Amino acid sequence: MTAFTNIPKSIEDILERRIGSPSRRDFLRTSGLLVVSAVSVAHADAFAQAPAQGAGALGAGPYPDRDFRQLDSWIAIHEDSTATFYVGKTDLGQGTGTAFRQIMADELDLAWDKTSCVMGSTDVTVDQGGSGGSDALQTDGVPMRRVAAEARRVLLDMASVRLGVPAPQLAVSDGVVSVAADPSKRVTYGQLIGGRRFNVTLTGNNTDSTTGQARVKTLQELKIVGQSPQRYDIPAKVDGSLTWAVDVKLPGMVHARNVKPPVAGAKLISADESSVSKLPGFVKLVVKGNYVAVVCEREEQAIQAARQLKANWQKPAAAPFPASEDLFNYMRSAAPTTGSAPAVSGNPDAAFAAAARVVEADYEVPFQGHTAFGPAHATADPSNDQLTIYSNDMKSYGLRSGVAQFLQMPRDRVRVVWMEGPQAYGRTAADDAGFEAAFLAKELGRPVRVQWMRNEETAWDTKGPAYTFRMRGALDAQGNLTALDYAARALDHNHLGYNEPDTVLIAQLMGQRRDMPARGGAATPSHMYVVPNRRTLAQVVGLPMVWETPLRTGNLRDPDGPQVTFASESFIDELAAAAKADPVEFRLKLLTASTEDDGNFKRARSIAVIKAAAEKFGWQPRPSPGPIARGDILTGRGISYAFRSQTVVAEIAEVEVNRRTGHVWVKRLVCAHDCGLVVNPEALHRTIEGGMLHSLSRTLHEEVTFDTEKVTSVDWITHPTLTHADTPAQIDVLLINADPNPNRPDLPQYGAGETVCKPLFAAVANAVFDATGVRLRRVPFRDARVLAALKTEGV
Amino acid sequence: MNFTLSVNGQRHTVDVEPATPLLYVLRNDVGLHGPRFGCGLGQCGACTVIIKGEAVRSCIRPMSGVQGAEITTLEGLAKNGVLHPVQQAWIDEQVPQCGFCQNGQIMTAKALLDRTPNPTDAQIRQGMAGTLCRCMTYYRIQAAIKRAAKAMASSSPESGSGVLA
Repeated sequence: MTAFTNIPKSIEDILERRIGSPSRRDFLRTSGLLVVSAVSVAHADAFAQAPAQGAGALGAGPYPDRDFRQLDSWIAIHEDSTATFYVGKTDLGQGTGTAFRQIMADELDLAWDKTSCVMGSTDVTVDQGGSGGSDALQTDGVPMRRVAAEARRVLLDMASVRLGVPAPQLAVSDGVVSVAADPSKRVTYGQLIGGRRFNVTLTGNNTDSTTGQARVKTLQELKIVGQSPQRYDIPAKVDGSLTWAVDVKLPGMVHARNVKPPVAGAKLISADESSVSKLPGFVKLVVKGNYVAVVCEREEQAIQAARQLKANWQKPAAAPFPASEDLFNYMRSAAPTTGSAPAVSGNPDAAFAAAARVVEADYEVPFQGHTAFGPAHATADPSNDQLTIYSNDMKSYGLRSGVAQFLQMPRDRVRVVWMEGPQAYGRTAADDAGFEAAFLAKELGRPVRVQWMRNEETAWDTKGPAYTFRMRGALDAQGNLTALDYAARALDHNHLGYNEPDTVLIAQLMGQRRDMPARGGAATPSHMYVVPNRRTLAQVVGLPMVWETPLRTGNLRDPDGPQVTFASESFIDELAAAAKADPVEFRLKLLTASTEDDGNFKRARSIAVIKAAAEKFGWQPRPSPGPIARGDILTGRGISYAFRSQTVVAEIAEVEVNRRTGHVWVKRLVCAHDCGLVVNPEALHRTIEGGMLHSLSRTLHEEVTFDTEKVTSVDWITHPTLTHADTPAQIDVLLINADPNPNRPDLPQYGAGETVCKPLFAAVANAVFDATGVRLRRVPFRDARVLAALKTEGV
Repeated sequence: MNFTLSVNGQRHTVDVEPATPLLYVLRNDVGLHGPRFGCGLGQCGACTVIIKGEAVRSCIRPMSGVQGAEITTLEGLAKNGVLHPVQQAWIDEQVPQCGFCQNGQIMTAKALLDRTPNPTDAQIRQGMAGTLCRCMTYYRIQAAIKRAAKAMASSSPESGSGVLA
């Protein structure tokens, strides 16, 4: 029985490996469920659900959606009392798969190492949207706990019948149900249901609300949650055995490389096939509109052919955008496309008129790229008039729907097999390569692998929106903040959505566009600080060229948070300095000025993380700047705080600024982090560390540069990133639970990941100010810019 | 043109253009998954392999320059089913996030430790500075290198030959 058409054994092995440990694979084999591949393991319950079709039919498609109201769609119990969980999320390297196994194993009363997890492949897991918004545990963890609890309830009912004892008189431990009064009477999960269906219908209107009859466990009943089992995906990433999406090889597969327009908005006049058709391995030149790709038998042949293709392009009549050095002037003078009226509370005009002191400051954040470590890639197989796309797309379900629409195929003829890939952080939400591979595979009628080159990826990936800010604050004679005026502009017109068939780059280049581009958005800071009079204005501006531009915006790891928090938390520090107040005390005063809260005790938890971070750092209260040192190295400390959704964080940076070179080294970072219930503390520590350093890279190095027709930051030299040399010497992460009732049974798990990216820009800027007395208001703080600022201020 | 390589102790003969970067032969002809394409420019380290004890960027090393070479890749570090101490340290420290760069991190660290068995913090920072990670796992990588250095020091030469590739 071969379950899958046109998936070679090597790929089956790949997918098998994704399921878990070798022992896991072994017992799957011995349990008879591992028929030919992990895919068929993943389908083990599926063919039980559709016996009339059989495994072969399922493997060959079509690929209907999994029914979220069937318990069998979420959990399969095998004959050896192990379980497979089917999770419609993707793990981008933060260990969410491990965490899902923890929370579900806990509810199911099964040991963690007897579980495995299949994630994100559209035909075997329920559509939970893939990943985004750092909400995997916060949102999707809740129904996963409920379905696992329901499976346990059903198993106990079955055991009750089998053992002839009412369910309440049963005990369950690690997949073994026994009579509490007579533990010799026992039955295992595997004996109860191994390899068979639950046939239990769940309720709920959508995946998030899916539930059975069982209640989930209380905080006090959880045993595996809160422990730190090692991530199951790491060994194969370390020994070289993992097969990534980039590694997929299929029979008859060919390699494609794109030929991008040389300047934004260029129109293809002609592409000379004879310039490449004699090259070794040439298969086909594909041209549709302004989308151009060369396909060859071997990868290096496709790279060479794409370089050698002679094509005539016509430049657009008008410059598509201003050069990057003129960007902020352009943004300030451009007509906004959205957001004309400010939100006003109190009477800011009167407060400013009565102020003892008015502080004003402008801040600027340029476009920053995702610059994924591995460029965009995907492989698509068009066999049997269907499409299988092997992809690292974080939103695999969106890719599947988008491709189906793009190629006008029924959705159930398209599936995405999710596999590991390079850090995405929003990039693959607009999965250009997935669409390209699908299009090319259909065009050629054979499997096609496409991968972008480095210069393509860095120039043409989606960008985090650029921002300008104008901030004003009013202080009274006692140094109290009486009014705050926030005005932001985001260059975010035509912000890309999630794998939409009319916004991904190939669609734009083919001329398949929607009538109206997305309006985009400009964000505002949280209003947790108590300020009696506020004016808040957030506007979007656009570029002259809306489509086919490498300056297309997308979601970059907390899409607007780092920018907005840079301005808001830098400016709070400026106000504290003007009031000659300690930055920590100034913030605490603004937070404690009210007892109001906006849910889940966010204000109390904000105060707690700030205090915890300050204590851990050894923060000595004094106004900034501190005494400026005489030598070459100036040291200082800065704090910043933010929340996202319900997660609150405070970060403190200690910096060394080299007066002679302008180099900023963040020597130490402290982060106090409250995301409620922590599932895996060690994995969370690393997620926080990585998130802070990613944000530090954006703080110190990252900026998209461009002339008036093309992006000029195209590699790791022209778009530099943080390196080992910049790494802080010490990072302290404190996981706080500052819920007023920290032991409440229903303590929720909030999201983690993106929140820590928000405060870092400002923490560093505030520390540089503390060290030097010089305020950096434009990101990134590259050496030359810092040195110029120091010289201007006479430091 | 025919080229013969020894990869992780196994001989392979391939017929490719002399200018073909070694990376594509390792990935597409030998079938390895450790070395990966990150930039094709020798800037990031994703494609790193070890030749004659040196960490080499296989994306910019043409086949014409590696005729007959003995090449060690990530897949070749473990000996007799036992992970190299660097790999074990990576697991113990739970280093990777996405893991895509870690081939380069591990291979570069391995070459660094073979050259400098007990590196200072500054030597680690300098030796690893050209090997990039966009998940920014640098802090844990540096801890793992120190852990591996200790493990390698305690496993003296007479205790077995399983340490060095």
